[in-house]
Amino acid sequence: MTAYDAIFWFFSLALLLCGVLVLISRDAVASGLYLVLSLFFLAGLYILLEAFFLALIQVLVYAGAIMVLFLFVVMLLDFRESRHWWHGNLLGLVGAPLAVVALAVALLPVLKRSGALAAAPEQWFEGTLENVMTPVFTRYLLPVEITALILLAATIGVVVLGRKEKQP
Amino acid sequence: MMHVGLIHYLAVSGALFALGLACIVLRRNALLVFMGLEMNLNAANLALVAFSRYGGHAEGQVLATFIIAIAAAEVAIGLAIIVALFRQRSTVVTDLLRSLKG
Repeated sequence: MTAYDAIFWFFSLALLLCGVLVLISRDAVASGLYLVLSLFFLAGLYILLEAFFLALIQVLVYAGAIMVLFLFVVMLLDFRESRHWWHGNLLGLVGAPLAVVALAVALLPVLKRSGALAAAPEQWFEGTLENVMTPVFTRYLLPVEITALILLAATIGVVVLGRKEKQP
Repeated sequence: MMHVGLIHYLAVSGALFALGLACIVLRRNALLVFMGLEMNLNAANLALVAFSRYGGHAEGQVLATFIIAIAAAEVAIGLAIIVALFRQRSTVVTDLLRSLKG
């Protein structure tokens, strides 16, 4: 086992452990904090995949901005409903992994046939800022503009939703 | 032991997706349902980055960048809806929200 493998297993097991803790912790604040932790471990996996820029964005935007917004709302809405934290049915607990296994069984033959699973080390992609952002601002310029419009629409939508109702 | 390859990253991604799906189906708090959705998006991102790395093309990471941007918009809207819901009904338990009329 090389050091790369050891780091991979550490990050992925920690990631999945944090995911389980998000699922089973009774307190929503604790769930949110575990989710932040799992996003950090995911950034570690991105670094292992040499997606350095995406790892940076993951920590700055996802764990830094999005999850702080999340935790802010969780702490703003002061709900104490420990009675209602968990559905009693086991159907979901069995069904969710089953759905993923079914998806994997459907997709793996396709992946095997296309030869995507046999990696060719000489054509590995290094996710530096330049390598990722050059296609974004050349080939995918139109999607960038559309994303900007979506963000604008979301901002306006949040302002409209968050406005206080006028008293009749 | 087998060396870490694309299939390992895909397995981790699948497991994370399963956890997110279980979170969506099993939890009763609307915020936790939303957190499960975030886990699903991140699982998809991990698969995309792994494909990009092992396939030798930039598209996977470009798409992952877009997903993060869209997730930011989605979280803002979703949380605004949950806050509006809490103001209206003073609960975010999904089982207690049975009608659409405000």
